[in-house]
Amino acid sequence: MFRSINNKHHKPITIDYEGKTFSVQPGTNVAAMLLEAGIYDFRKTPKNNAKRGPYCMMGVCFDCLVVIDGVENQQACMVEVKEGMRINRQDINNLINNE
Amino acid sequence: MNKSEYDIIIIGAGPAGMSAAILASDYGAKTLVLDEGSAPGGQIYRAIEKNKKSKPYLNSSYQSGFSLVDSFRLANVDYKSEARIWHLSDELKVCYSIKGKSFNVKGKQILVATGAQERPFPISGWTLSGVMGAGGAQVLLKESGLVCDNAVFVGSGPLLYLIAHQYLAAGVPIKAFIDTTPKSNYLRAIKHSFGALSAVKNIIEGWQWKREIMNSNTLYVVNVSDLRLNGDDSVSSIEYQQNGHWKQLDCEHVFLHQGVVPEVNVSLSAGCDKKWNEQQACWEIAVEQNTYSSIKGIHVAGDAASVSGAVAAEHKGSIAAINMLYELGLVSNEIKNKQLKPLHKKLNTELLPRAFLEALFKPQQQYCLPHEDDTIVCRCEEVSLSEIKKSVNLGCVGPNQLKSFTRCGMGPCQGRFCGLTVSELIAKHAKVPIEEVGYYRVRPPIKPVTLSELSCLEKA
Repeated sequence: MFRSINNKHHKPITIDYEGKTFSVQPGTNVAAMLLEAGIYDFRKTPKNNAKRGPYCMMGVCFDCLVVIDGVENQQACMVEVKEGMRINRQDINNLINNE
Repeated sequence: MNKSEYDIIIIGAGPAGMSAAILASDYGAKTLVLDEGSAPGGQIYRAIEKNKKSKPYLNSSYQSGFSLVDSFRLANVDYKSEARIWHLSDELKVCYSIKGKSFNVKGKQILVATGAQERPFPISGWTLSGVMGAGGAQVLLKESGLVCDNAVFVGSGPLLYLIAHQYLAAGVPIKAFIDTTPKSNYLRAIKHSFGALSAVKNIIEGWQWKREIMNSNTLYVVNVSDLRLNGDDSVSSIEYQQNGHWKQLDCEHVFLHQGVVPEVNVSLSAGCDKKWNEQQACWEIAVEQNTYSSIKGIHVAGDAASVSGAVAAEHKGSIAAINMLYELGLVSNEIKNKQLKPLHKKLNTELLPRAFLEALFKPQQQYCLPHEDDTIVCRCEEVSLSEIKKSVNLGCVGPNQLKSFTRCGMGPCQGRFCGLTVSELIAKHAKVPIEEVGYYRVRPPIKPVTLSELSCLEKA
Protein backbone atom coordinates (compact mmCIF):
# COMPACT_ATOMS: atom_id res chain seq x y z
CA MET A 1 0.00 0.00 0.00
CA PHE A 2 1.28 3.44 -0.82
CA ARG A 3 1.12 5.98 1.99
CA SER A 4 2.14 9.60 2.32
CA ILE A 5 5.02 10.76 4.50
CA ASN A 6 4.31 14.42 3.77
CA ASN A 7 2.55 16.65 6.26
CA LYS A 8 -1.04 16.99 5.13
CA HIS A 9 -1.31 20.71 5.66
CA HIS A 10 -3.48 21.63 2.70
CA LYS A 11 -7.23 21.91 2.86
CA PRO A 12 -8.51 18.66 1.29
CA ILE A 13 -10.46 18.67 -1.96
CA THR A 14 -13.12 16.18 -3.00
CA ILE A 15 -13.05 14.11 -6.14
CA ASP A 16 -15.32 11.41 -7.50
CA TYR A 17 -13.88 8.03 -8.47
CA GLU A 18 -16.28 5.49 -9.98
CA GLY A 19 -19.19 7.19 -8.21
CA LYS A 20 -17.51 7.26 -4.79
CA THR A 21 -16.41 10.48 -3.15
CA PHE A 22 -12.82 10.77 -1.94
CA SER A 23 -11.30 13.53 0.15
CA VAL A 24 -7.71 14.09 -1.04
CA GLN A 25 -4.81 16.53 -0.74
CA PRO A 26 -4.44 18.99 -3.63
CA GLY A 27 -1.16 19.61 -5.45
CA THR A 28 -0.55 16.09 -6.64
CA ASN A 29 -1.28 14.15 -9.81
CA VAL A 30 -4.26 11.87 -10.36
CA ALA A 31 -2.12 8.69 -10.44
CA ALA A 32 -0.46 9.39 -7.09
CA MET A 33 -3.81 10.31 -5.57
CA LEU A 34 -5.43 7.04 -6.70
CA LEU A 35 -2.47 4.94 -5.53
CA GLU A 36 -2.65 6.58 -2.10
CA ALA A 37 -6.36 5.73 -2.01
CA GLY A 38 -5.40 2.08 -2.60
CA ILE A 39 -6.59 1.98 -6.21
CA TYR A 40 -4.28 0.07 -8.55
CA ASP A 41 -6.37 -0.92 -11.55
CA PHE A 42 -6.58 2.23 -13.61
CA ARG A 43 -7.70 0.62 -16.81
CA LYS A 44 -8.48 -2.64 -18.52
CA THR A 45 -6.47 -3.49 -21.61
CA PRO A 46 -8.44 -3.67 -24.88
CA LYS A 47 -7.12 -7.10 -25.95
CA ASN A 48 -6.83 -9.27 -22.83
CA ASN A 49 -8.97 -7.29 -20.38
CA ALA A 50 -5.98 -7.21 -18.04
CA LYS A 51 -5.81 -4.77 -15.14
CA ARG A 52 -3.11 -2.13 -15.49
CA GLY A 53 -1.83 0.69 -13.35
CA PRO A 54 1.01 3.23 -13.46
CA TYR A 55 4.43 1.90 -14.46
CA CYS A 56 6.71 4.85 -15.30
CA MET A 57 5.00 7.82 -13.56
CA MET A 58 6.63 10.20 -16.07
CA GLY A 59 4.34 10.22 -19.07
CA VAL A 60 6.13 7.59 -21.15
CA CYS A 61 4.31 4.25 -20.72
CA PHE A 62 0.62 5.26 -21.04
CA ASP A 63 -0.39 2.44 -18.71
CA CYS A 64 -2.14 4.80 -16.27
CA LEU A 65 -4.81 5.94 -18.74
CA VAL A 66 -8.11 6.89 -17.07
CA VAL A 67 -11.29 8.75 -17.98
CA ILE A 68 -11.32 12.25 -16.48
CA ASP A 69 -14.53 14.30 -16.60
CA GLY A 70 -15.79 12.11 -19.41
CA VAL A 71 -12.65 12.39 -21.57
CA GLU A 72 -10.85 9.09 -22.22
CA ASN A 73 -7.14 8.38 -22.57
CA GLN A 74 -5.94 10.85 -19.94
CA GLN A 75 -2.51 10.10 -18.51
CA ALA A 76 -3.26 10.05 -14.78
CA CYS A 77 0.41 10.69 -13.91
CA MET A 78 0.46 13.94 -15.92
CA VAL A 79 -2.80 15.54 -14.76
CA GLU A 80 -3.11 17.47 -11.52
CA VAL A 81 -6.11 16.66 -9.29
CA LYS A 82 -8.76 19.39 -9.15
CA GLU A 83 -11.77 19.95 -6.89
CA GLY A 84 -14.82 18.14 -8.21
CA MET A 85 -12.91 16.02 -10.74
CA ARG A 86 -14.77 12.92 -11.94
CA ILE A 87 -12.46 10.00 -12.59
CA ASN A 88 -13.39 6.62 -14.05
CA ARG A 89 -11.50 3.45 -14.80
CA GLN A 90 -10.82 3.18 -18.53
CA ASP A 91 -12.33 0.14 -20.17
CA ILE A 92 -12.54 0.70 -23.93
CA ASN A 93 -14.43 -2.57 -24.56
CA ASN A 94 -17.09 -1.58 -22.04
CA LEU A 95 -17.30 1.83 -23.66
CA ILE A 96 -17.79 0.38 -27.15
CA ASN A 97 -20.46 -2.07 -25.91
CA ASN A 98 -22.41 0.74 -24.25
CA GLU A 99 -22.55 2.88 -27.35
CA MET B 1 10.30 39.16 -35.19
CA ASN B 2 7.02 37.29 -35.27
CA LYS B 3 5.60 36.41 -31.86
CA SER B 4 5.77 32.71 -32.63
CA GLU B 5 9.39 32.82 -33.81
CA TYR B 6 12.30 32.28 -31.49
CA ASP B 7 16.07 32.31 -31.77
CA ILE B 8 16.22 29.17 -29.67
CA ILE B 9 13.58 26.63 -28.71
CA ILE B 10 14.55 24.22 -25.95
CA ILE B 11 12.54 21.03 -25.48
CA GLY B 12 12.85 19.85 -21.89
CA ALA B 13 13.61 21.64 -18.61
CA GLY B 14 15.92 19.12 -16.98
CA PRO B 15 19.59 19.84 -16.26
CA ALA B 16 20.57 20.16 -19.96
CA GLY B 17 17.59 22.29 -20.95
CA MET B 18 17.85 24.59 -17.92
CA SER B 19 21.59 25.22 -18.23
CA ALA B 20 21.18 25.95 -21.96
CA ALA B 21 18.32 28.36 -21.21
CA ILE B 22 20.37 30.25 -18.62
CA LEU B 23 23.25 30.86 -21.07
CA ALA B 24 20.89 31.69 -23.95
CA SER B 25 19.26 34.31 -21.74
CA ASP B 26 22.65 35.74 -20.69
CA TYR B 27 23.46 36.43 -24.34
CA GLY B 28 20.06 37.92 -25.16
CA ALA B 29 18.71 35.17 -27.41
CA LYS B 30 14.91 35.10 -27.66
CA THR B 31 14.31 31.71 -26.10
CA LEU B 32 11.34 29.42 -25.53
CA VAL B 33 11.53 26.48 -23.13
CA LEU B 34 8.85 23.80 -23.49
CA ASP B 35 8.54 21.14 -20.83
CA GLU B 36 6.06 18.37 -20.07
CA GLY B 37 6.48 18.65 -16.32
CA SER B 38 4.46 20.95 -14.08
CA ALA B 39 7.69 22.55 -12.78
CA PRO B 40 11.31 22.74 -13.96
CA GLY B 41 13.85 20.09 -12.93
CA GLY B 42 13.26 17.17 -15.28
CA GLN B 43 13.08 13.73 -13.71
CA ILE B 44 16.35 13.97 -11.78
CA TYR B 45 15.39 17.20 -10.01
CA ARG B 46 11.67 16.47 -10.16
CA ALA B 47 9.56 18.63 -7.81
CA ILE B 48 12.73 20.19 -6.41
CA GLU B 49 11.06 23.52 -5.63
CA LYS B 50 8.36 21.70 -3.63
CA ASN B 51 11.04 19.87 -1.67
CA LYS B 52 13.05 22.93 -0.70
CA LYS B 53 12.01 22.64 2.92
CA SER B 54 14.15 20.00 4.56
CA LYS B 55 13.51 16.50 3.32
CA PRO B 56 16.40 14.64 4.93
CA TYR B 57 15.77 11.46 2.93
CA LEU B 58 16.51 13.20 -0.37
CA ASN B 59 20.26 13.14 -0.87
CA SER B 60 22.80 15.86 -1.58
CA SER B 61 23.06 15.20 -5.33
CA TYR B 62 19.34 15.97 -5.61
CA GLN B 63 19.75 19.11 -3.52
CA SER B 64 22.53 20.30 -5.81
CA GLY B 65 19.80 21.02 -8.35
CA PHE B 66 18.37 23.90 -6.27
CA SER B 67 20.80 26.53 -7.57
CA LEU B 68 20.30 25.47 -11.18
CA VAL B 69 16.51 25.73 -10.91
CA ASP B 70 16.81 29.09 -9.12
CA SER B 71 19.02 30.50 -11.91
CA PHE B 72 16.63 29.08 -14.50
CA ARG B 73 13.70 30.87 -12.85
CA LEU B 74 15.64 34.14 -13.10
CA ALA B 75 16.54 33.64 -16.77
CA ASN B 76 14.83 35.86 -19.29
CA VAL B 77 13.14 33.11 -21.32
CA ASP B 78 9.57 32.12 -22.17
CA TYR B 79 8.97 29.00 -20.12
CA LYS B 80 5.91 26.86 -20.73
CA SER B 81 5.19 23.96 -18.39
CA GLU B 82 2.81 21.06 -19.06
CA ALA B 83 3.58 21.43 -22.76
CA ARG B 84 3.33 18.16 -24.68
CA ILE B 85 5.46 18.29 -27.81
CA TRP B 86 3.83 16.32 -30.59
CA HIS B 87 5.80 17.46 -33.61
CA LEU B 88 9.33 18.59 -34.42
CA SER B 89 10.10 19.04 -38.10
CA ASP B 90 13.43 19.23 -39.90
CA GLU B 91 12.38 22.79 -40.83
CA LEU B 92 12.63 23.59 -37.10
CA LYS B 93 8.91 23.91 -36.49
CA VAL B 94 7.55 22.69 -33.17
CA CYS B 95 3.93 21.84 -32.37
CA TYR B 96 2.87 21.44 -28.77
CA SER B 97 -0.25 21.18 -26.71
CA ILE B 98 -1.13 22.75 -23.35
CA LYS B 99 -4.37 21.89 -21.58
CA GLY B 100 -6.12 20.81 -24.76
CA LYS B 101 -4.90 23.67 -26.98
CA SER B 102 -2.23 23.33 -29.62
CA PHE B 103 0.37 25.84 -30.70
CA ASN B 104 2.81 26.15 -33.55
CA VAL B 105 6.21 27.83 -33.16
CA LYS B 106 9.40 28.14 -35.17
CA GLY B 107 12.98 28.32 -33.96
CA LYS B 108 16.21 29.31 -35.68
CA GLN B 109 17.97 26.77 -33.47
CA ILE B 110 16.37 23.88 -31.59
CA LEU B 111 17.73 22.01 -28.60
CA VAL B 112 16.23 18.61 -27.85
CA ALA B 113 16.88 17.94 -24.16
CA THR B 114 14.23 15.34 -23.46
CA GLY B 115 16.38 13.30 -21.09
CA ALA B 116 16.11 9.61 -20.43
CA GLN B 117 13.50 7.02 -19.59
CA GLU B 118 13.76 3.74 -17.73
CA ARG B 119 14.98 0.82 -19.78
CA PRO B 120 12.23 -1.73 -20.37
CA PHE B 121 12.46 -4.77 -18.07
CA PRO B 122 10.48 -7.35 -20.06
CA ILE B 123 10.28 -10.37 -17.76
CA SER B 124 7.28 -12.62 -17.33
CA GLY B 125 4.66 -10.74 -15.30
CA TRP B 126 6.11 -7.22 -15.62
CA THR B 127 2.72 -5.90 -16.74
CA LEU B 128 0.91 -7.07 -13.58
CA SER B 129 -0.72 -4.46 -11.43
CA GLY B 130 1.58 -3.61 -8.48
CA VAL B 131 4.73 -3.79 -10.63
CA MET B 132 6.33 -0.45 -11.35
CA GLY B 133 9.60 1.00 -12.52
CA ALA B 134 11.80 1.99 -9.59
CA GLY B 135 12.12 5.37 -11.26
CA GLY B 136 8.34 5.63 -11.10
CA ALA B 137 8.44 4.84 -7.40
CA GLN B 138 11.00 7.59 -6.96
CA VAL B 139 8.79 10.08 -8.81
CA LEU B 140 5.98 9.23 -6.36
CA LEU B 141 8.36 9.92 -3.47
CA LYS B 142 9.71 13.22 -4.82
CA GLU B 143 6.52 14.58 -6.32
CA SER B 144 3.88 13.36 -3.85
CA GLY B 145 5.75 12.10 -0.76
CA LEU B 146 4.35 8.60 -1.35
CA VAL B 147 6.15 5.48 -0.19
CA CYS B 148 5.25 1.80 -0.22
CA ASP B 149 5.99 -0.51 2.71
CA ASN B 150 7.55 -3.92 2.06
CA ALA B 151 8.14 -3.53 -1.68
CA VAL B 152 10.66 -5.74 -3.47
CA PHE B 153 13.40 -3.89 -5.37
CA VAL B 154 14.73 -5.80 -8.36
CA GLY B 155 17.45 -5.11 -10.88
CA SER B 156 20.72 -3.29 -11.24
CA GLY B 157 22.20 0.18 -11.38
CA PRO B 158 22.92 3.16 -9.13
CA LEU B 159 19.34 4.51 -9.23
CA LEU B 160 17.96 1.31 -7.67
CA TYR B 161 20.37 1.66 -4.74
CA LEU B 162 19.65 5.36 -4.43
CA ILE B 163 15.90 4.80 -4.13
CA ALA B 164 16.40 2.00 -1.60
CA HIS B 165 18.62 4.38 0.37
CA GLN B 166 15.95 7.10 0.23
CA TYR B 167 13.31 4.62 1.42
CA LEU B 168 15.41 3.40 4.34
CA ALA B 169 16.39 6.97 5.25
CA ALA B 170 12.68 7.81 5.38
CA GLY B 171 12.12 4.81 7.66
CA VAL B 172 10.26 2.76 5.07
CA PRO B 173 10.82 -1.03 5.32
CA ILE B 174 11.93 -2.86 2.16
CA LYS B 175 11.00 -6.54 1.92
CA ALA B 176 13.79 -7.61 -0.40
CA PHE B 177 16.49 -6.17 -2.63
CA ILE B 178 17.36 -8.48 -5.50
CA ASP B 179 20.51 -7.30 -7.28
CA THR B 180 20.80 -8.83 -10.73
CA THR B 181 24.31 -7.44 -11.45
CA PRO B 182 26.39 -10.52 -12.37
CA LYS B 183 29.81 -11.16 -10.81
CA SER B 184 31.43 -10.95 -14.25
CA ASN B 185 30.45 -7.26 -14.46
CA TYR B 186 32.53 -6.50 -11.36
CA LEU B 187 35.56 -8.13 -12.98
CA ARG B 188 35.00 -6.17 -16.19
CA ALA B 189 34.60 -2.93 -14.24
CA ILE B 190 37.91 -3.37 -12.40
CA LYS B 191 39.71 -2.79 -15.71
CA HIS B 192 38.28 0.72 -15.72
CA SER B 193 38.94 1.48 -12.07
CA PHE B 194 41.53 4.17 -12.91
CA GLY B 195 38.76 6.39 -14.28
CA ALA B 196 36.66 5.55 -11.26
CA LEU B 197 39.22 7.19 -8.97
CA SER B 198 37.77 10.55 -9.91
CA ALA B 199 34.42 9.42 -8.53
CA VAL B 200 35.65 7.83 -5.33
CA LYS B 201 33.15 9.86 -3.33
CA ASN B 202 30.21 8.46 -5.32
CA ILE B 203 31.55 4.93 -5.18
CA ILE B 204 31.94 5.10 -1.40
CA GLU B 205 28.43 6.52 -1.20
CA GLY B 206 27.11 3.61 -3.29
CA TRP B 207 28.95 1.13 -1.09
CA GLN B 208 27.42 2.75 2.01
CA TRP B 209 23.94 2.42 0.50
CA LYS B 210 24.61 -1.27 -0.05
CA ARG B 211 25.77 -1.71 3.59
CA GLU B 212 22.68 0.16 4.74
CA ILE B 213 20.42 -2.30 2.89
CA MET B 214 22.34 -5.30 4.22
CA ASN B 215 22.19 -3.97 7.79
CA SER B 216 18.45 -3.38 7.61
CA ASN B 217 15.78 -6.08 7.84
CA THR B 218 15.78 -6.27 4.04
CA LEU B 219 16.44 -9.64 2.43
CA TYR B 220 19.47 -8.93 0.22
CA VAL B 221 19.83 -11.29 -2.73
CA VAL B 222 22.70 -11.51 -5.25
CA ASN B 223 23.88 -13.99 -7.91
CA VAL B 224 20.49 -14.15 -9.54
CA SER B 225 20.30 -15.70 -12.99
CA ASP B 226 16.59 -15.50 -13.83
CA LEU B 227 13.39 -13.82 -12.68
CA ARG B 228 9.65 -14.27 -12.99
CA LEU B 229 6.68 -12.40 -11.52
CA ASN B 230 3.47 -14.28 -10.69
CA GLY B 231 -0.11 -13.21 -10.11
CA ASP B 232 -3.54 -13.24 -11.71
CA ASP B 233 -4.23 -9.54 -12.14
CA SER B 234 -1.97 -8.16 -9.46
CA VAL B 235 1.50 -9.38 -8.58
CA SER B 236 1.48 -11.90 -5.72
CA SER B 237 5.00 -13.32 -5.77
CA ILE B 238 8.41 -13.08 -7.35
CA GLU B 239 10.49 -16.11 -8.28
CA TYR B 240 14.24 -15.84 -8.73
CA GLN B 241 16.84 -18.36 -9.69
CA GLN B 242 19.88 -18.31 -7.43
CA ASN B 243 22.79 -20.73 -7.84
CA GLY B 244 20.62 -22.96 -9.99
CA HIS B 245 17.66 -23.11 -7.57
CA TRP B 246 14.33 -21.33 -7.96
CA LYS B 247 13.11 -19.50 -4.87
CA GLN B 248 9.81 -17.76 -4.31
CA LEU B 249 8.92 -14.70 -2.29
CA ASP B 250 5.39 -13.38 -1.71
CA CYS B 251 4.98 -9.67 -2.45
CA GLU B 252 2.42 -7.08 -3.43
CA HIS B 253 4.74 -4.45 -4.87
CA VAL B 254 7.75 -4.85 -7.11
CA PHE B 255 9.98 -2.03 -8.33
CA LEU B 256 12.00 -2.97 -11.41
CA HIS B 257 15.04 -1.13 -12.72
CA GLN B 258 17.95 -1.80 -15.05
CA GLY B 259 19.25 1.61 -15.93
CA VAL B 260 18.00 4.39 -18.15
CA VAL B 261 18.17 4.93 -21.91
CA PRO B 262 17.86 8.09 -24.06
CA GLU B 263 14.37 9.35 -24.93
CA VAL B 264 14.96 9.29 -28.69
CA ASN B 265 11.45 9.69 -30.12
CA VAL B 266 11.52 13.49 -30.46
CA SER B 267 14.93 13.55 -32.20
CA LEU B 268 14.15 10.55 -34.43
CA SER B 269 10.84 12.03 -35.56
CA ALA B 270 12.73 15.05 -36.90
CA GLY B 271 15.03 12.68 -38.79
CA CYS B 272 18.18 12.90 -36.64
CA ASP B 273 20.64 10.05 -37.22
CA LYS B 274 20.94 7.45 -34.48
CA LYS B 275 23.62 4.94 -33.62
CA TRP B 276 23.78 1.81 -31.47
CA ASN B 277 25.78 2.07 -28.25
CA GLU B 278 27.02 -1.47 -27.60
CA GLN B 279 28.27 -0.82 -24.06
CA GLN B 280 25.00 0.75 -22.90
CA ALA B 281 22.92 -1.53 -25.17
CA CYS B 282 20.70 1.26 -26.45
CA TRP B 283 20.10 3.63 -29.34
CA GLU B 284 21.53 7.09 -29.00
CA ILE B 285 21.46 10.19 -31.18
CA ALA B 286 24.57 10.79 -33.27
CA VAL B 287 26.02 14.21 -32.40
CA GLU B 288 29.14 16.12 -33.36
CA GLN B 289 30.93 18.66 -31.19
CA ASN B 290 28.78 17.28 -28.36
CA THR B 291 25.46 18.68 -29.62
CA TYR B 292 25.11 19.04 -33.44
CA SER B 293 22.69 16.40 -34.78
CA SER B 294 22.58 15.37 -38.43
CA ILE B 295 19.71 17.84 -39.03
CA LYS B 296 20.84 21.44 -39.57
CA GLY B 297 19.72 23.61 -36.66
CA ILE B 298 18.79 20.75 -34.34
CA HIS B 299 21.02 20.09 -31.35
CA VAL B 300 20.56 17.22 -28.93
CA ALA B 301 22.14 17.36 -25.48
CA GLY B 302 22.15 15.57 -22.17
CA ASP B 303 20.74 12.09 -21.69
CA ALA B 304 18.47 12.62 -24.72
CA ALA B 305 21.55 12.04 -26.89
CA SER B 306 23.59 9.70 -24.72
CA VAL B 307 23.18 8.77 -21.08
CA SER B 308 25.90 10.24 -18.89
CA GLY B 309 24.04 11.63 -15.90
CA ALA B 310 22.74 14.94 -14.59
CA VAL B 311 26.02 16.83 -14.09
CA ALA B 312 27.34 15.91 -17.55
CA ALA B 313 23.93 16.86 -18.97
CA GLU B 314 24.23 20.30 -17.38
CA HIS B 315 27.64 20.85 -19.03
CA LYS B 316 26.39 19.53 -22.38
CA GLY B 317 23.41 21.90 -22.15
CA SER B 318 25.81 24.81 -21.71
CA ILE B 319 27.89 23.60 -24.66
CA ALA B 320 24.71 23.37 -26.75
CA ALA B 321 23.81 26.95 -25.84
CA ILE B 322 27.23 28.24 -26.89
CA ASN B 323 27.06 26.27 -30.15
CA MET B 324 23.57 27.65 -30.90
CA LEU B 325 24.53 31.24 -29.96
CA TYR B 326 27.49 30.94 -32.31
CA GLU B 327 25.24 29.73 -35.15
CA LEU B 328 22.92 32.68 -34.45
CA GLY B 329 25.85 35.11 -34.62
CA LEU B 330 25.32 36.16 -31.01
CA VAL B 331 28.79 35.06 -29.94
CA SER B 332 32.01 35.32 -31.93
CA ASN B 333 34.28 32.40 -32.68
CA GLU B 334 36.70 33.79 -30.13
CA ILE B 335 34.14 33.94 -27.32
CA LYS B 336 32.79 30.55 -28.30
CA ASN B 337 36.21 28.92 -27.90
CA LYS B 338 36.86 30.80 -24.68
CA GLN B 339 33.55 29.62 -23.23
CA LEU B 340 33.83 26.05 -24.47
CA LYS B 341 37.31 25.36 -23.09
CA PRO B 342 36.38 25.20 -19.38
CA LEU B 343 33.09 23.42 -20.21
CA HIS B 344 34.94 20.67 -22.10
CA LYS B 345 37.32 20.30 -19.18
CA LYS B 346 34.49 19.95 -16.67
CA LEU B 347 32.64 17.55 -18.96
CA ASN B 348 35.69 15.35 -19.46
CA THR B 349 36.25 15.12 -15.70
CA GLU B 350 32.61 14.15 -15.27
CA LEU B 351 32.87 11.48 -17.95
CA LEU B 352 36.00 9.80 -16.49
CA PRO B 353 34.18 7.25 -14.33
CA ARG B 354 31.59 6.42 -17.02
CA ALA B 355 33.55 3.46 -18.44
CA PHE B 356 33.70 1.93 -14.96
CA LEU B 357 29.99 2.50 -14.29
CA GLU B 358 28.96 1.25 -17.72
CA ALA B 359 31.00 -1.95 -17.33
CA LEU B 360 29.63 -2.55 -13.84
CA PHE B 361 26.03 -1.93 -14.79
CA LYS B 362 26.06 -3.27 -18.35
CA PRO B 363 22.51 -4.48 -18.98
CA GLN B 364 22.08 -8.24 -18.82
CA GLN B 365 20.83 -9.93 -21.99
CA GLN B 366 18.46 -12.24 -20.11
CA TYR B 367 16.53 -9.26 -18.72
CA CYS B 368 16.62 -7.22 -21.95
CA LEU B 369 15.61 -10.13 -24.17
CA PRO B 370 12.61 -12.04 -22.84
CA HIS B 371 12.86 -15.82 -23.16
CA GLU B 372 9.50 -17.06 -21.85
CA ASP B 373 7.04 -17.17 -24.74
CA ASP B 374 4.15 -15.55 -22.88
CA THR B 375 6.18 -12.50 -21.80
CA ILE B 376 4.58 -9.29 -23.03
CA VAL B 377 6.98 -7.18 -25.10
CA CYS B 378 4.63 -4.40 -26.27
CA ARG B 379 2.65 -3.37 -23.17
CA CYS B 380 0.14 -1.24 -25.10
CA GLU B 381 -0.90 -3.73 -27.78
CA GLU B 382 -0.16 -6.77 -25.59
CA VAL B 383 2.17 -8.46 -28.06
CA SER B 384 4.05 -11.40 -26.58
CA LEU B 385 7.47 -12.83 -27.36
CA SER B 386 5.96 -15.84 -29.15
CA GLU B 387 4.09 -13.58 -31.60
CA ILE B 388 7.30 -11.69 -32.39
CA LYS B 389 9.29 -14.88 -32.87
CA LYS B 390 6.56 -16.23 -35.14
CA SER B 391 6.68 -13.06 -37.26
CA VAL B 392 10.45 -13.22 -37.55
CA ASN B 393 10.19 -16.86 -38.64
CA LEU B 394 7.68 -15.82 -41.28
CA GLY B 395 10.30 -13.45 -42.68
CA CYS B 396 9.57 -10.19 -40.88
CA VAL B 397 12.80 -8.24 -41.31
CA GLY B 398 12.41 -5.16 -39.12
CA PRO B 399 10.47 -3.25 -36.49
CA ASN B 400 8.32 -1.40 -39.03
CA GLN B 401 7.19 -4.57 -40.75
CA LEU B 402 6.52 -6.07 -37.32
CA LYS B 403 3.87 -3.36 -36.85
CA SER B 404 1.92 -4.75 -39.83
CA PHE B 405 2.36 -8.30 -38.56
CA THR B 406 1.40 -7.75 -34.93
CA ARG B 407 0.56 -4.07 -34.12
CA CYS B 408 3.66 -4.13 -31.89
CA GLY B 409 4.66 -0.53 -31.14
CA MET B 410 1.41 0.97 -32.43
CA GLY B 411 -0.25 1.72 -29.09
CA PRO B 412 -0.40 5.05 -27.27
CA CYS B 413 3.22 4.91 -25.97
CA GLN B 414 4.30 4.73 -29.63
CA GLY B 415 7.02 2.18 -29.11
CA ARG B 416 8.76 3.96 -26.26
CA PHE B 417 8.53 0.90 -24.03
CA CYS B 418 9.07 -1.87 -26.58
CA GLY B 419 11.23 -0.34 -29.33
CA LEU B 420 14.53 -1.25 -27.75
CA THR B 421 13.44 -4.82 -26.96
CA VAL B 422 12.05 -5.26 -30.47
CA SER B 423 15.29 -4.13 -32.14
CA GLU B 424 17.29 -6.54 -29.99
CA LEU B 425 14.85 -9.44 -30.42
CA ILE B 426 14.76 -9.20 -34.21
CA ALA B 427 18.57 -8.92 -34.32
CA LYS B 428 18.85 -12.07 -32.21
CA HIS B 429 16.22 -14.22 -33.89
CA ALA B 430 16.92 -13.14 -37.48
CA LYS B 431 20.69 -13.21 -36.78
CA VAL B 432 21.19 -9.75 -38.28
CA PRO B 433 23.36 -6.94 -36.82
CA ILE B 434 21.18 -4.56 -34.81
CA GLU B 435 22.26 -1.54 -36.88
CA GLU B 436 20.70 -3.29 -39.87
CA VAL B 437 17.51 -4.09 -37.97
CA GLY B 438 17.10 -0.46 -36.97
CA TYR B 439 14.25 1.05 -34.97
CA TYR B 440 10.64 2.06 -35.52
CA ARG B 441 10.12 4.94 -37.94
CA VAL B 442 8.83 7.61 -35.54
CA ARG B 443 6.16 9.80 -37.09
CA PRO B 444 4.22 12.81 -35.84
CA PRO B 445 2.14 13.23 -33.80
CA ILE B 446 4.76 11.86 -31.42
CA LYS B 447 2.34 12.14 -28.49
CA PRO B 448 -1.37 11.37 -28.92
CA VAL B 449 -3.32 14.51 -29.76
CA THR B 450 -7.07 14.94 -30.07
CA LEU B 451 -8.81 16.27 -33.17
CA SER B 452 -10.09 19.26 -31.19
CA GLU B 453 -6.51 20.06 -30.20
CA LEU B 454 -5.48 19.84 -33.83
CA SER B 455 -8.36 21.95 -35.05
CA CYS B 456 -7.49 24.85 -32.75
CA LEU B 457 -3.83 24.83 -33.81
CA GLU B 458 -2.77 28.43 -33.79
CA LYS B 459 0.35 30.50 -33.70
CA ALA B 460 1.35 31.13 -30.11
